[in-house]
Amino acid sequence: MNLITAIIQPAKLGDVKESLAEFGLTGLTVTEVAGHGAQGGSTEYYRGTAYRVDFLPKIKVELVVDAEQLESALDAIRSAARTGEIGDGKLWVTALAHVERLRTGEKGSAAVAQVTV
Amino acid sequence: MEATDLAWLLAAFALVLLMFPGLALFYGGMLGSRHTLNMIMMVMGALAVTAVFYVVIGHGLVLGDSIGGFIGNPVEMLGFESLMTDDGSGSTFWGAFYVLFAGISIAIVASGAAGRMKFGAWLGFAALWLLLVYSPIAHWVFAFDDEEAGVTGGWLRNVVQLHDFAGGTAVHMNAGMAALALALVLGKRKAFPGRPHNLPLAVLGAGLLWVGWIGFNGGTAGGASFLAEYVVLATLLAGCTGMLGFVIVEKLREGRTTTLGMITGLVAGLVGITPSADAVSPIGALLVGLFTGAAVSWLMTLLPKLKIDEPLDAFMVHGMGGIVGTLCVVLFGAAAAPAGITGVLFGGDWDILWRELVAIVATCLYSFVVTFVIAKAMDKVIGLRVDEEIEFAGLDTSLHAESAYHLSRN
Repeated sequence: MNLITAIIQPAKLGDVKESLAEFGLTGLTVTEVAGHGAQGGSTEYYRGTAYRVDFLPKIKVELVVDAEQLESALDAIRSAARTGEIGDGKLWVTALAHVERLRTGEKGSAAVAQVTV
Repeated sequence: MEATDLAWLLAAFALVLLMFPGLALFYGGMLGSRHTLNMIMMVMGALAVTAVFYVVIGHGLVLGDSIGGFIGNPVEMLGFESLMTDDGSGSTFWGAFYVLFAGISIAIVASGAAGRMKFGAWLGFAALWLLLVYSPIAHWVFAFDDEEAGVTGGWLRNVVQLHDFAGGTAVHMNAGMAALALALVLGKRKAFPGRPHNLPLAVLGAGLLWVGWIGFNGGTAGGASFLAEYVVLATLLAGCTGMLGFVIVEKLREGRTTTLGMITGLVAGLVGITPSADAVSPIGALLVGLFTGAAVSWLMTLLPKLKIDEPLDAFMVHGMGGIVGTLCVVLFGAAAAPAGITGVLFGGDWDILWRELVAIVATCLYSFVVTFVIAKAMDKVIGLRVDEEIEFAGLDTSLHAESAYHLSRN
């Protein structure tokens, strides 16, 4: 089981969500975060005084997938979040020791399998 | 007083009252989110304290029979006792209107103390400032000689014969200089001030100020008259070009036009038209706004370069703005406008220049020096500044046990 974490441009969240849904991946958690990578910060001006803004707003998307879903999920995020400009963000995968669906107690792949409502 | 005149004045009064929440939101939005409520409290508290001291003694200091042109004799107006019956001239209305004039002047001074002053000390300072700084200067400017009633007025109005329509000197230059003096006594902010936390809130505040200014200038016209029509028009125009003047200079300097710049220019334009609304042509009013907005924008980076921390720039916006607006009358006063002053560019008499310069220098010097002395004395006796840890934690939670936002991350 894998945890995919993607730090993306806030404006790309809608695209990423839709792109994941096309692969049947509907469960995800989204957090507003702040940070910077190679992009660095930006400068804002208030009444002529410059303020250095070191941490820019980003969106962190997290979702848990099994080995079978992994590549398609990564593809979905890549294709939707990439603009080619500095500041697009990062994408990484962490191996998980245990995943469980709280409602049913299902474990492993069954815990992240799509549920028809 | 005619019922029509009184009807307009009562409406104008309500508009001017909107300037207090307006100023509170304008300043509150411009600060970091940890000091917002404190700023709002200082502005609203300024009006509250003013009402008490103005009614008890202030009105007579401003409008009472002059003692040497310097200060009114308060004896006959103590406690607003004389305002309980209709004297037919609207004196009771003016009593109420003057409370707002005094209150808004002190409220502007609050900006100089943003983010680092004890709240109780602020209220005490506001009372002293009303009596020792505002009242004398307002007397100089607002008290007219009245030969029929045998009353002598203030020296700037009657001896120097300045032109100041609605308080460019007594309200704006006075408040701007006082904010600077108070900021210097308090010293720089220790905690990193950060960016303005809510510019839309500041825009709402500036908008309410504009609405209030219509009442401020329109009410100063004294009734439902052509003069009121004229100054309302001028107040609209100068606000509009104030926005343009400020952002044009910003664009040239930083390459950007900003929202904060636009509303700062708006307020600067309104400050500029306060002394000049009855004395310039409509094109002149557009120029007053443009010049004031541009000048304030251009000068705005001066104090930070001098390492002076006057947090919300009242000195620039109200002090320098008031001076520029006053000088506009000297330069291009229009003979056909209600005040009938011919500016020197149109061949007018140069003698208006010294009248205005005396008024500017007297107001600024007196306001700065006396405010500085009051603040310094209070600082020695009770201490004006909050402890450093309170400043870092934010005045809202530390002094008032509240926070403006429960959703924010900081």
